[in-house]
Amino acid sequence: MNEVARAFINVLFKMPKGLYVTFKHIFKKPMTLDYPHEKRTMPPRYRGRHYLERYDDSTERCVCCGLCAAACPADAIYMEPTETEKGERQAKVYEINLIRCIFCGFCEEACPEEAIFLGHEYEFSSDDRDSFIYVKEQLLVPQTRTDNPFKRIFRRTRRAHLTAGSGK
Amino acid sequence: MATESKTITINMGPQHPATHGVLRVVLELEGETVVKARPVVGYLHTGIERTMESKLYHKALPCTDRMDYLAPMSNNLGYCLAVEKLMGIEVPEKVKWARVCLAELTRINSHLVWLGTHALDLGAMSMLLYTFRERELVLDIYEACGGQRMMSSYIRIGGLAHELPDDFDTRVRELITTVRERMLDYEDLLTNNQIFINRTKDVAVISAEDAINFSLTGPMLRGCGINYDVRKAQPYSGYENFDFEVALGKKGDAYDRYLLRLKEMRESLKICQQAIDGMPEGPFRAHVPGVVLPPKEDVLTKMESLIFHFKIITDGFKTPFGAVYQAIESPKGEIGFYISSDGSNKPHRVRVRPPAFINLACLPKLVEGSLLSDVICAIGTIDIVLGEVDR
Repeated sequence: MNEVARAFINVLFKMPKGLYVTFKHIFKKPMTLDYPHEKRTMPPRYRGRHYLERYDDSTERCVCCGLCAAACPADAIYMEPTETEKGERQAKVYEINLIRCIFCGFCEEACPEEAIFLGHEYEFSSDDRDSFIYVKEQLLVPQTRTDNPFKRIFRRTRRAHLTAGSGK
Repeated sequence: MATESKTITINMGPQHPATHGVLRVVLELEGETVVKARPVVGYLHTGIERTMESKLYHKALPCTDRMDYLAPMSNNLGYCLAVEKLMGIEVPEKVKWARVCLAELTRINSHLVWLGTHALDLGAMSMLLYTFRERELVLDIYEACGGQRMMSSYIRIGGLAHELPDDFDTRVRELITTVRERMLDYEDLLTNNQIFINRTKDVAVISAEDAINFSLTGPMLRGCGINYDVRKAQPYSGYENFDFEVALGKKGDAYDRYLLRLKEMRESLKICQQAIDGMPEGPFRAHVPGVVLPPKEDVLTKMESLIFHFKIITDGFKTPFGAVYQAIESPKGEIGFYISSDGSNKPHRVRVRPPAFINLACLPKLVEGSLLSDVICAIGTIDIVLGEVDR
């Protein structure tokens, strides 16, 4: 009987309180984004698709040491070295299989030349599997530095690295 | 012709929205009463334990994220502590505190998802929307720390992947106040909701004795009133410095476990507060040459750091012979990593003690003799993640 009485009280007095919670949310601003039209800004450490960085004189930073490929837990990176006319080591073939890639960012951490970066792009879906193997030309940042997003990417990793070990 | 009782066998799942993934339960029904239930697992088998054997110790870390994907940091922490135990690495104080804070955020994250989906299964849909809204705050912190919302891989062997973000303090404080406030709403919605009470009270009951015999851990065990929490029983990562209570239930039914998990979330908020208030200064990675990666700025400037950097990434590190077991309290229960090493740079065997898998084994006990609709409640109250069950 006690249970029944409590149930009665719950239904009469306590449950309207719950209904009030849902009711008061009618007047709140929605938390959701109207996605394809609105996009959220990614935090600086976000790990999206890869970029290969250049020096200021637009030569490639990557020296094809193979450390990113060694660090990759998913074995998604393949590269073959070559030499430029100046005798500098460079990647002849540099491929990242973005289907295999798990976007852990280990390649970025491993790179001793700060050549590979994970950018903020996440919209690269396709219905063709072959198109997910990104070759060097796709990965290299464009030569002209006007409209590309990587300046920000470079800065954010710089910042992440420079704060390393500096305490709180 | 006399009416005879006939049982009917049905498959619940693997594609049932209320089985929280690809769990299949073979149910034998007599009318609407469950006579026999048999969980069938393995639909999400990814061979994570086997994959980890073929990877270097630090490269096996992303695998752990993908087991219990609702509590990635707990898994990272368990694995890293196990490897650190094997290698005898002592991490800086700051790392310990940061790890505790992150592990508790993970608990909040996991319990929020549990609360939302469990209530959704029982018909309270708005709960899901509210809890996922709060979960977003936790995921934002993950994203700011490690760069990704779920597979953050932020906790690494010997420390953390990066320095904590600058606004970590403020974000966690904000989260604590917001979640604490919003939890009152959850209580208003569910605790005294007669429909919810009717669906959960005296449903999926398990006795303390059975709970021990099934070797249940986490809220499933504590719901029966047994005070066992790895954080208190075998403190790891500096949990002995924190002041918190272990939430306990009484009867061991689904409603008790609901109250218990809410209490656990409050305790987690308390621990987060303490961790943020008392966070010591210091490096974010232990200095162990040849085992823990040196800071990136050293790699770019110092020769010996560069050499270690190359060596660790290509060859990993040699481990001593032997085996270690490290258990931590994940949101679902005791997650343990047993690593057996043959002295090489890859683990000989990594065995994970998955709380969800072991807790799932008691499902027949929970549902046999009850109604079909209570199976949904029982699966929800166990709090399984199939990624972890099947590994």
